[in-house]
Amino acid sequence: MLINHHQHRSTTLALITLCVILTSACGDSTSNKANAIDYTKTYPASNGGTLINAMMGEPSGLIAMIAGESAASAIAGNIFNSLLKYDKNLELSGELAQSWDISDDHKTITFHLKPDLKWADNQPLTSEDVLFTWQKVTDENTRTPYGSDYKLVIKAETPDINTFRVTYAAPYAPALETWASLHILPKHLLKDQDINTTAFARNPIGSHYYKLEKWKNGQYLKLTRNINATQGQAKIDHLMSRIIPDKAAQFLELSADNIDSMGLNPIQYARIFPARPDLNKNIALYKELGNSYTYMGFNLKRKPFDDIRVRQAINYAINKQEIIDGVLLGLGEPVASPYKPGTRWSNPELKPYAYDPAKAKALLKEAGYEDHDGDGILDKDGKPFSFEILTNQNKEREMTGVLIQRRLKEIGIDANIRVLEWASFLGRFIKPKEFDVVVLGWSLSLDPDQYSIWHSSQQAAGQFNFISYSNSQVDKLLEAGRLELDPDKRMKIYHEFSKILLEDSPIVYLSAGYGLTAIHKRVKGISNPAPPAGIGHNTYEWYIPKAYVRTEMSEN
Amino acid sequence: MLKYLLKRFLWMIPLLIGISLISFFIMHLAPGDITTSEASFNPKASEESRQKLRELYSLDKPIIVQYGLWLKRIATLDFGTSFASHQRPVFWQTKDKDGNITLGMIQEALPITLLINVLSLILIIGIALPLGVISALKQNQLADRGITLFVFIGFAIPGFWLALMLMYWTGVQHAWLPISGLQSIGHENMGWIAQTLDTLKHLVLPVFISGLTGLAGISLFARNGMLEVLHQDYITTARSKGLSENRVIYGHALRNALLPLITIFGLSIPGLIGGSVIAESIFAIPGMGKLFYDAVLMRDFPVIMGILTIGAVLTLIGNLLADVAYAWADPRVRRGVMQ
Repeated sequence: MLINHHQHRSTTLALITLCVILTSACGDSTSNKANAIDYTKTYPASNGGTLINAMMGEPSGLIAMIAGESAASAIAGNIFNSLLKYDKNLELSGELAQSWDISDDHKTITFHLKPDLKWADNQPLTSEDVLFTWQKVTDENTRTPYGSDYKLVIKAETPDINTFRVTYAAPYAPALETWASLHILPKHLLKDQDINTTAFARNPIGSHYYKLEKWKNGQYLKLTRNINATQGQAKIDHLMSRIIPDKAAQFLELSADNIDSMGLNPIQYARIFPARPDLNKNIALYKELGNSYTYMGFNLKRKPFDDIRVRQAINYAINKQEIIDGVLLGLGEPVASPYKPGTRWSNPELKPYAYDPAKAKALLKEAGYEDHDGDGILDKDGKPFSFEILTNQNKEREMTGVLIQRRLKEIGIDANIRVLEWASFLGRFIKPKEFDVVVLGWSLSLDPDQYSIWHSSQQAAGQFNFISYSNSQVDKLLEAGRLELDPDKRMKIYHEFSKILLEDSPIVYLSAGYGLTAIHKRVKGISNPAPPAGIGHNTYEWYIPKAYVRTEMSEN
Repeated sequence: MLKYLLKRFLWMIPLLIGISLISFFIMHLAPGDITTSEASFNPKASEESRQKLRELYSLDKPIIVQYGLWLKRIATLDFGTSFASHQRPVFWQTKDKDGNITLGMIQEALPITLLINVLSLILIIGIALPLGVISALKQNQLADRGITLFVFIGFAIPGFWLALMLMYWTGVQHAWLPISGLQSIGHENMGWIAQTLDTLKHLVLPVFISGLTGLAGISLFARNGMLEVLHQDYITTARSKGLSENRVIYGHALRNALLPLITIFGLSIPGLIGGSVIAESIFAIPGMGKLFYDAVLMRDFPVIMGILTIGAVLTLIGNLLADVAYAWADPRVRRGVMQ
């Protein structure tokens, strides 16, 4: 009985402990030791330190052409170089290449590599490596989905160790862009390897600022400064990426000063941070336009979306600012073309369709839609105007759909929302074109060529013009844009293209969200406000002053 | 007994083939394959390239042919390599011609999940058994009601919410425990005592959270088992013999009440290898739950099949072990088995 009594007491104790945990966890007092340091002082740039960031997914490998996912490109981008890169204004400039010439017939591009390039293992990096990489990406046995752009090259040659020349069958303006996204791989380490299975993917040697020091599966990747880097020396010694799949857990790690940087969601940025002065003291917030936009696309093969008046009416009926405010908590911008605002390809004269329900109703009336039977829903030939908005499991897209549904209802259109898992969404609805309207996203591409999305020849199952957009004028402009290598002439072509696209309204541009980043104030040298390329354009210039380096980390 | 065991073992072969066949077909019933993941909806990835990928992975062949290929490989215990994770071996490490070792995905995830689940099972037994026995002895009294309420709260409370609250309390407000992950950043430079301590500290919250939900089941099971036994004739006999109450309860009643628990533990063996996706995501633990969930989302067929097969084998072995243990512990069952 004595034992029982004792155990009885311990259960009560457990109950009490639980209650204490539950109530005190909601309290607001923090006893964070790091709060004592003032991180707002300025120090001259210095070397050293470790920058720890959190990422949601683990890369599958670090050969970007095979891995393909964003986590892989994010890490591999610190390890490998391409021939070209985008500078902070998103203009192409040389990375491994010092300069490049385009032949008079616009079919041949000659890249001149910078002299004395080196791999991290101190071996010379030459045009042979570039040729080798091209051979790999176009090899039939390489498991990459990105080979098609490079297969347009009919001849690749290396006249000398610093020159790489490619010849295309026809002028291909997006070609330069493709050489900015192909990471050059070392021939001397990979020539006897099967690129699909090589251990190199998990233990790579590159030529950029950093090299991989340690990869703990499922836990973190640690990069160390590459002392043989020929693009200049980064200031921060180590970059560490911890894999933390849950955003809330990442946020707790940031609050406890265990990580320095993470991507925020709009709620964390716009609701939690303003309410927490203790966090703002140590952590700086950055916002920059992201690389994608959300749109509502019509199935142009289905009635009544083949009628431009109906498409424009729906465009006028949707309040884009409401979507930005409601879904993105104001952290986004409306767009009027598929290009990033502020870059050369974005036509500054274009303005999104204003929210104008009266105009929408007038256009619909013109198209024959009126409420004849008085049930509140427009109808034509006895059929009510009703359709389905299809989207995939993505909270922001679902919320966007609900706001659209409500505005459409106000002008008498009955819209239902259907949410699907990605693979069935794609396989059962998009590929066979079994949909009325979709809410989806496209990227705001850096190269203006969007032939695969808008050209009328790209409508087969599995191709990207699944809304079946077909406009001969747009086709001509897209074809011309691929042949024109002069940036200014090319810009005019795409400004014209975006103008027609906006008028035609095959899709309704809804919003482009900001990328939101929190970085601890111990990291200095970050450009704010961010240039078009984002705050990450000069990470090699970021530094952590000696006084701010974490004390618990042993530097080696 | 030996003949019985042999028979049971041989029966496992057709069962396994049946299980794998059904799993394989159900997996292929879901729309999409590795080439239709969300990242692949990229204008730079052409449909021809995706078709080529399908051919390289034999995904263009009829399902029955694909199953045949899989069965042929599995017969030599080759679980294949992952589609999504740069051809990492699914089950066990491989060594290439240069001596580079690539660790298997299950090989890495399984020990972590096993460790957490075994620890939480120990925690559950350590707490639930005494709780159940106390409840039974104090049936319908305050202690019984309190315990039942407590285990039901533990069962009903959303694990992810409690996990976040505890992380905030023990990690942000007070730097008592690490928030997420398995090891601290300087783990490699520590001595082995500090390393063990570091790992244990990281495991406290995950083990507590996964144990809390399991408390209810086991403690109520122990309570009911105990109550049933206490009303048996042989307990009355023991009492009338004048044995002390402790002797009656711990010597006679408890031992019999624990018998059904053997079945429960046998059944929980396959559960030991399955991690919780939510807990593993929140605590950033690279375990089996996350591995399986990601594989399903990516339609990474070799990984899905690898985990399902190993799970099926363990389930069958678990059942067998439970039956054998039952026969060993309970003479009545043993006699039935021998005949």
